[in-house]
Amino acid sequence: MGEVVWARAVLMLIRKGVDCGLTTAVTLASVIALVPLFSILLYVTYKGLGTVLTGGLSIFTELPPPPMVEGGGLGPAIVGTLIVVSIGAAISIPIGIMSAIYLSEFSAGEPIAYWIRFFTNVLAGVPSIIAGVFSFGLIVLTTKTFSAVAGGAALSVLMVPVITLATEEALRLVPQDMRQAAYGLGSTSLQTVTKVVLPTALPTIVTGITLAIARAAGETAPLIFTALFSQFYLPFDTEGPGALFNQPIASLSVLIYNFALVPFENQQKMAWAASLVLLGMVLISSIIARTATRRNM
Amino acid sequence: MTAYSMDNSLGGEADVILTSHVKGFYYGPFLALRNIEMKIFKNRITAFIGPSGCGKSTLLRCFNRMNDFVKGARLEGQILFNGRNIFDASVDAVTLRRQIGMVFQKPNPFAKTIYENIAYGPRINGYKGDMDELVEQSLRRAALWDEVKDKLKKPGTSLSGGQQQRLCIARAIAVQPEVVLMDEPCSALDPISTRRIEDLMQELRDLYTIVIVTHNMQQASRVSDMTAFFNVEMREGSRTGELVEYAPTTTIFQSPQKEATQAYVGGRFG
Amino acid sequence: MPEEKTNTFSALTLWVRWVNIGFIYLTCTVSVAVALWVLAIISVLIHDAQAAFHHFGMAFLMSSSWNPLGNNGQGQYGILPQIYGTLVSSWLALLIAVPLGFGVAIFLTERWPLVPPGLQTLLAFLVELLAAIPSVVYGIWGIYVLIPALVPLTMWLHVHFSGIGIFSQPPTRPSMLVAGLVLAIMILPTVTSLAREALAAVPPDLRQGSMALGATRWETLIHIILPTARSGLVGSIMLGLARAMGETMAVAMVIGNSNRINISILQPASTIPSLLANQFAEASGLQVSALMYAAFILLIITLLTNIFAEVLIGRH
Repeated sequence: MGEVVWARAVLMLIRKGVDCGLTTAVTLASVIALVPLFSILLYVTYKGLGTVLTGGLSIFTELPPPPMVEGGGLGPAIVGTLIVVSIGAAISIPIGIMSAIYLSEFSAGEPIAYWIRFFTNVLAGVPSIIAGVFSFGLIVLTTKTFSAVAGGAALSVLMVPVITLATEEALRLVPQDMRQAAYGLGSTSLQTVTKVVLPTALPTIVTGITLAIARAAGETAPLIFTALFSQFYLPFDTEGPGALFNQPIASLSVLIYNFALVPFENQQKMAWAASLVLLGMVLISSIIARTATRRNM
Repeated sequence: MTAYSMDNSLGGEADVILTSHVKGFYYGPFLALRNIEMKIFKNRITAFIGPSGCGKSTLLRCFNRMNDFVKGARLEGQILFNGRNIFDASVDAVTLRRQIGMVFQKPNPFAKTIYENIAYGPRINGYKGDMDELVEQSLRRAALWDEVKDKLKKPGTSLSGGQQQRLCIARAIAVQPEVVLMDEPCSALDPISTRRIEDLMQELRDLYTIVIVTHNMQQASRVSDMTAFFNVEMREGSRTGELVEYAPTTTIFQSPQKEATQAYVGGRFG
Repeated sequence: MPEEKTNTFSALTLWVRWVNIGFIYLTCTVSVAVALWVLAIISVLIHDAQAAFHHFGMAFLMSSSWNPLGNNGQGQYGILPQIYGTLVSSWLALLIAVPLGFGVAIFLTERWPLVPPGLQTLLAFLVELLAAIPSVVYGIWGIYVLIPALVPLTMWLHVHFSGIGIFSQPPTRPSMLVAGLVLAIMILPTVTSLAREALAAVPPDLRQGSMALGATRWETLIHIILPTARSGLVGSIMLGLARAMGETMAVAMVIGNSNRINISILQPASTIPSLLANQFAEASGLQVSALMYAAFILLIITLLTNIFAEVLIGRH
């Protein structure tokens, strides 16, 4: 009998030991997971901040420097990123919102909604480089030139599913009572959606769109062979709006890619400065968007 | 009057297994229970009744320290199990829960086979004997063996609600506990399944001590030897449960001493 | 006079009704178009890969020559090293990210006596932030921080374990191992957040049932919670795998882009995305078609993995 009690005590000790060990392991995993994040944030700040501070405002306006020449800036890349991302947003926001409206408001009980949602999720899983290949095949090969529009179209492939799914989620959070109240007053579906449902869900939708834009701004793979790169601003003065369609255009992310791999120290410095600017843009907008609505965090 | 004394002796001659000296039980700042002084007798069925929010489930979950998982839960006072305070630093909650089993409101079989549902508890507790035998014995005791003996490899979730609850009872008694706590075990079941579980409790009474929380007064009067009536009162801005009357079941239902008990069992409030 | 009023009123209603129906059909059309977008992508790739299908057939997947001047100047192409590199680097990433991600997910979903919930919320947020860092920033960080930091480790691995194939050749700075590590960090938020969702979806009464039988926290996790969340957990692995296989820039910057199969993970390699990133901008003729073929293969592999994951996660 005493033996049984003793054996039971030993077993309990082992069980508690295993429990303790595994708890330590997951705590350790959580600490390890944070190491890369802080390493990246600190190192990019450390390498990039000096260049940004010494360059001052000119960093944001001047052309990227040729090899071995001090100074220069990220002007065309910043403007280029804004232009390409704006084109992407202009294509994907209306599409994403309309698709979400159908899924959330008009597709109740239709089996097709399941499949639309399924394939929208699948589209969200398309690798970003494939978005670039698609736009290359559809636009670059047809127009025979790299362009801001080709880059924006590539980004829109990535943005549409994100915006659709985020918007649908936002619309679903609108209480059913509100719709019924609107319909009860004799509103049409169009009026109910545009006057009641969308305005109510707007803050959450804006969050989703901001996150999609932030992610798109950081993308490189879809741009390297659609928007390509340029050392200069778009020649709107000679080409007019056509410059969006027939000229390669710079972007921060492609600048980082190009300059990170060259042996010239001044260009590497620009790559770090661009990394800091890009990281700042992306992280700050992500954080603001998330904390503004506190989505399931 | 004769019935009264007979039931009294029924409570009197049994050993005490659990004793509550709970001064107060808090969820954060809210006082959920106060001054619960009671003894639970060995090999008796004790029923906790009372209006919802009276703290009867809370007290039940103190007995096997399931409230440890509730954030901000805090107990003042003692609960003695076989004479030892279960909140003592030397008492291990895991070991305690093996000795005091629990059956929940909703049947909660694991996503495993019927066999594995039963074998899980003994296995983690280092059971060395014949597992097949233990599984069969537990299922027989839970009056489920005949219904499932040919489908032990089927998932536990494939059973009907009443069968699932009996599976959970079999699972609880497979680790050979001394006490089985039942938290409204029939509230999710139909009347026929409920009846079967009640019959089962009568059969298990000789082997285990059973404490059952129920909102169904007929059930309490049918199955239990002892009944505790809890009521809820507003105290310091929170709804606080108190033990109003604790006596043999026939006393509670036929000649309750307190007015509140009389009103409740008489169906006049609650 | 009243009749006239009614007429204008009903005419307006009719117009409003038509606009309304038109609106519903418009949203439906757009929605279907979004769903069919994947098909559009596939058809563009197939269309532009025709020449390469025709020239190389299935041999494209088995050959390891990538030579624009070969085959009498027409070009000779095959992507076996890239398929190998894509699979190995992504599985390497899983090997690291899955234990780490599951660990973090468990840390985030369990309640611990000493950890305030606020700290868990903060940790979840910080891990999510990893997903917001642009790929190209991972790349530049990989080149200048991770690669130098790994030199002692890779040297040590090679010196002591050169008998094992994967460590058999002297380490180079860009390598399969670095790519796997960077990928692991990049898919960590995907694996973590989906695993966390799967664990949180396990009904709490199963946990209570197990604890009430005298199980410890980890016995409950290992025997009850993880098996119950199984399909969601496998889904998180699959989605992480799909992300890793499709990831481009960071890999292209740290893998070394060598066009041959090397058993040693300390040596450079190449993946389909890194091949596309390196070659597309300057490609012409049959080379474009061969790249389209490669892109088509990548898309099919990632789509199948994704669909498998979506079915497992089942969140529609």
